[in-house]
Amino acid sequence: MSTAAPLALMAELTHRCPLQCPYCSNPLELLKAGRERDTAFWLGVIGEAAALGVLQIHFSGGEPTLRQDLAELVAHATARGLYANLITSAVLLDEEKLRALKEAGLGHVQISIQGAEAETADRIGNYRGGHAKKLALARLVTRMGMSLTINAVVHRQNLAELTAMIDLAVALEADRLEVAHVQYHGWALRNRAALMPTREAFETADALVTRRREELRGTMMIDYVVPDYYAQAPKTCMGGWGRQFLNVTPDGRVLPCHAAESIPGLVFERIGERSLCDIWYGGAAFEKFRGTAWMQEPCSSCALKEIDFGGCRCQALALAGDAAATDPVCHFSPRHAAVLAMAEAESQADVREFVYRRL
Amino acid sequence: MITRDSVPAFRRGIRQKFDAARNTHVLLGPERVIVLDEIAAAITGLVDAKHSVAEIAAELAARFSADAAVVEADVTEFVSGLVEKGLATA
Repeated sequence: MSTAAPLALMAELTHRCPLQCPYCSNPLELLKAGRERDTAFWLGVIGEAAALGVLQIHFSGGEPTLRQDLAELVAHATARGLYANLITSAVLLDEEKLRALKEAGLGHVQISIQGAEAETADRIGNYRGGHAKKLALARLVTRMGMSLTINAVVHRQNLAELTAMIDLAVALEADRLEVAHVQYHGWALRNRAALMPTREAFETADALVTRRREELRGTMMIDYVVPDYYAQAPKTCMGGWGRQFLNVTPDGRVLPCHAAESIPGLVFERIGERSLCDIWYGGAAFEKFRGTAWMQEPCSSCALKEIDFGGCRCQALALAGDAAATDPVCHFSPRHAAVLAMAEAESQADVREFVYRRL
Repeated sequence: MITRDSVPAFRRGIRQKFDAARNTHVLLGPERVIVLDEIAAAITGLVDAKHSVAEIAAELAARFSADAAVVEADVTEFVSGLVEKGLATA
């Protein structure tokens, strides 16, 4: 199977962020501002990505709006034909900054919410007044004619507000709502016992999303990311390792997914030392789990191996101790029952306090 | 329900471009990449909040010297798909 060009690039411009969400997808070892790359570096990344065939660029972080050069980067991406997405907490944006981004060609803004009620949301993000700012900025996004996604990460401590979060996204006239159960890597893994929903709460949420998605068809799109500890089959993580997606860290290393650094032994090359094209098509970290040749049983003889590509490598490492194992959330994995029992036990844990994400 | 009088328009943030790397037209939106074949690209090129389904079909039938009724059925189905996927309103 030959390797196709990547569709999307995640540009993690910085690890700095005013919020401290306890399920942040950034690694536990966050990079300080001094490790960040300059504007010229990112302009070069954008040019290489466009030449490689990348269609979508996601400006992310940390909080990407902390970068003074964000509008310049968006303008360059637009000029090179890339579709520019901004993934933001929105709390540092204002009308003037948003207008500059719009004029630079930004097509889509994704704003995270941590709950439907300010009290819940501000406690989870550990940022007082954040929720109200997010709502104000979300209204500005659509007023300026950009596409709005509301991203609601859900877990045990805010699932009770899911109906209200969906209603809030509708009221904000979002084009798309992403309801994403926490994926347990990095900070989320650290906080798992405080976040894991009960099986009952998960099933209620599942039914609710299915029903509302049908009701809102044609009005607001709902994308749903399930909590895969309770799933039968693993997710097709990243659309398959090294098949569609690449991630560039604040210090310029290229990863097949944002959590790949958790896998020991992988060497991530740096743009500048090698071209993005060579890293994508020949980098050792990309080759490691690309395709199906690396698989063990029960994956290697599975009929679904080219559907889900064995699930998530980082999760296999975290739960099975082996990044090349079948993702233990899969019901074919010998560890599946143990993972499910662990999730159910942790969902009953008497833990409410978070270990907040901090630099 | 899409009828021949429906006037489709792309939603905010949906863009069409020619992707030189893959030699194909694509529709791009939030977390969406839709590869368009030649016929689909001809339809989306006329989705502009002005042309009705019937007008798009008439123009394409003339352009490709095709049967108008067949083209209209195809355009109706394609536009329904765009609305279903959250890419357009009509």
